[in-house]
Amino acid sequence: MTPEEISNLLRRTFGDAIEEVVLAGAHPYVVVQADRWPEVAQFLRRDRRLKFNLLRCISSLDLLPDDKLAAVYDLCAVPEATDDKPLVCPHEFAVRVVTNRGNPHIPSVADVWETANWHEREAYDLMGIVFDNHPDLRRILCPDDWQGHPLRKDYVFPKEYHGIPGTTEHELPSPRH
Amino acid sequence: MTDTILESKPDLLVDYDRAEQGDLDTEELLINMGPQHPATHGVLRVVLRVDGEMVLEAVPHIGYLHRCAEKIGESLEPYQYIPYTDRLDYVSAMNQNHAFALAIERLCGIEVPGRASLIRVIFLELNRIASHLVTVGAYGLDMGAFTPFLYVFREREMILDLFEATCGARLTYSYITPGGVREDLADGFVDSCREFLDYFEPKIDDYNDLLSFNQIFVKRTGKVGVIPARDAIAYGLTGPCLRASGVRWDVRRAIPYEGYERFDFDIPIGLPGGTGNIPPGVVVGDSWCRYYVRVLEMRQSVRIIRQALDMLADTTPGEIMAKKVKNLKLPAGCEVYLETDNPRGSMGFYVQGDGTTVPSRVKARGPSFSNLCITTHVCRNVLIADIPAIVGSIDMVMGEVDR
Amino acid sequence: MSWIDNRIEDGVIITSLDWAINWARTSSLWPVTFGLACCAIEMMATGASRFDIDRFGAGAFRPTPRQADLMIVAGTVTYKMASRLKRLYNQMPDPKYVMAMGACTVGGGPYFKHGYHVVKGVDLVVPVDVYIPGCPPRPESLLEGLMRLQDKIRHQTRAKDKVALANRDKLAPLTV
Repeated sequence: MTPEEISNLLRRTFGDAIEEVVLAGAHPYVVVQADRWPEVAQFLRRDRRLKFNLLRCISSLDLLPDDKLAAVYDLCAVPEATDDKPLVCPHEFAVRVVTNRGNPHIPSVADVWETANWHEREAYDLMGIVFDNHPDLRRILCPDDWQGHPLRKDYVFPKEYHGIPGTTEHELPSPRH
Repeated sequence: MTDTILESKPDLLVDYDRAEQGDLDTEELLINMGPQHPATHGVLRVVLRVDGEMVLEAVPHIGYLHRCAEKIGESLEPYQYIPYTDRLDYVSAMNQNHAFALAIERLCGIEVPGRASLIRVIFLELNRIASHLVTVGAYGLDMGAFTPFLYVFREREMILDLFEATCGARLTYSYITPGGVREDLADGFVDSCREFLDYFEPKIDDYNDLLSFNQIFVKRTGKVGVIPARDAIAYGLTGPCLRASGVRWDVRRAIPYEGYERFDFDIPIGLPGGTGNIPPGVVVGDSWCRYYVRVLEMRQSVRIIRQALDMLADTTPGEIMAKKVKNLKLPAGCEVYLETDNPRGSMGFYVQGDGTTVPSRVKARGPSFSNLCITTHVCRNVLIADIPAIVGSIDMVMGEVDR
Repeated sequence: MSWIDNRIEDGVIITSLDWAINWARTSSLWPVTFGLACCAIEMMATGASRFDIDRFGAGAFRPTPRQADLMIVAGTVTYKMASRLKRLYNQMPDPKYVMAMGACTVGGGPYFKHGYHVVKGVDLVVPVDVYIPGCPPRPESLLEGLMRLQDKIRHQTRAKDKVALANRDKLAPLTV
């Protein structure tokens, strides 16, 4: 299916839940309302026409000028093998879920795609988006006692961590001086 | 007594003679494996909940090599960021350079000259061979076989010599950049590359004799850590790990890029024991299949390189860079997500431009990151000795897991 | 001919204790298997067929720090890893030596400016004997660094030298 057909199908099925459709450019996507995202995800995963069984990536975005955070879900369908030929991708698509920056909450889809578990933990760790109903929402890359969420545009680099000096970009040329 | 022990652990599938030894009282134990452990390929830490020799649960902890690659991507221009992509998956740096360069090209609509595209394919596949050689050697080490490690590194050094002659580096090349490649091929590259391929192809049989079909190796890895195709897709596995589960999915064929549709090559998948020369005692999707798919892929890479070297004769030397790629402005509001097939799986880059020369967001999807998240699911009711077999067969490079 | 010549049986060697101990230590530096990142691949290459670190007696990579006397910190040290590194170092028996391999361990390397999670040099965590620059250093550099470390060990003394005692843990670092 083309991105246009997919977005039309989603519009027909979910109506208002699809806030925006962006088809221009190399990365067509739809913007889905945060609180209806789990049912849209279930539909994308289970529907016979779509069958997006592979969640490739969750990219978290900091939309600082709009005071928003967003998560972009890149999906792709891996068809079932019928013969020895290599599989060809029938369609790929992306979904963006936007949330506000002060109190960012997006429902988790870890029960729809198991791989979302770690990707959501990463987005929580680095961007600070809280995924509701996530089975195990902990920091994944940074240590548990890390302060702040590094990928936010207004993140301030730590001056020290457990007694080890950190980056002092604007003050001294090197932590040894 | 016997009953109470079994009742308290209903998910214990294998109770080795425990039923008879009713007086053997066991206790659950937490064991920490890593981050410094020879069989975790870098700084992976796995916490195991064990009952005797049985692993009830294995929880991987990552982040010990978190090097802030995404933050750096938002702070530097694409050209400056290329060296950092080297260091994501340092075993296959060419493929990483290429994944990012391709995303930038797609974002800015840059057309790569034909010769540059062929040179890219040659180096990508050479790097795939070099990467799989490290995997084969290191996996042999994990399983207690030291000799194959010395053999594969001998061949790998030859590939590195080819790289070094052209781009001057052994490990971190920064060779493939947005718009093409940095340098034209070194003098005599085509001949020495052909010479290497002729030398290398029979060596694959040596590895098979030494390691792949070695009885002990097959017993250590066969039927261990079986991942069914459906689980593999749900957990986002890609690359050899997914193909070993019997899914013929390869981004080079599924969503072709860099002109891969021009080349004739097969996509090897995991096959059940007994078919062809596959030893009995192997099932689709086990650790042995994940290992052997890589061995088979090396042969396919050799095929691709040979074809690309033939095509190279029709191109003009020196045409290696697209025009107008200096001071590249990334269009505002444009974004792209692109995947390429790396030795470890699909490497994806999500890049968003904001009208300046610096992207406003760079997200790297490391294939090993997704591949590794199946660990807890697979490492259940296995022996402790199987953990290196399973984790090693997933073959992660922590640089791109932690980024 | 001095008084001692021709007085000792064949097969007996005379040497100083310092020389003998230093000789033993220089020729059997056992490194702990401690690969962190990219440099670890070059460290593996150094241990493999072409470069063969065994020629210098340092090829017995030990999986446990308790059997090792050299720690080659090969790769980027992050804040999350720093405490583990310190712990591994403390587990090594004396005498112990540390080699900082690669730009990241020397001073943060390419991650100095934007690397919020990267320790800007491993010498902020453990004392370092030899620094090997490069990103990553070639195997030849690692071997050169090893030889410089052996030079350093050759000049150590067991005498009650107050200056040496005071400087034992902060000997002037050598750069290759």
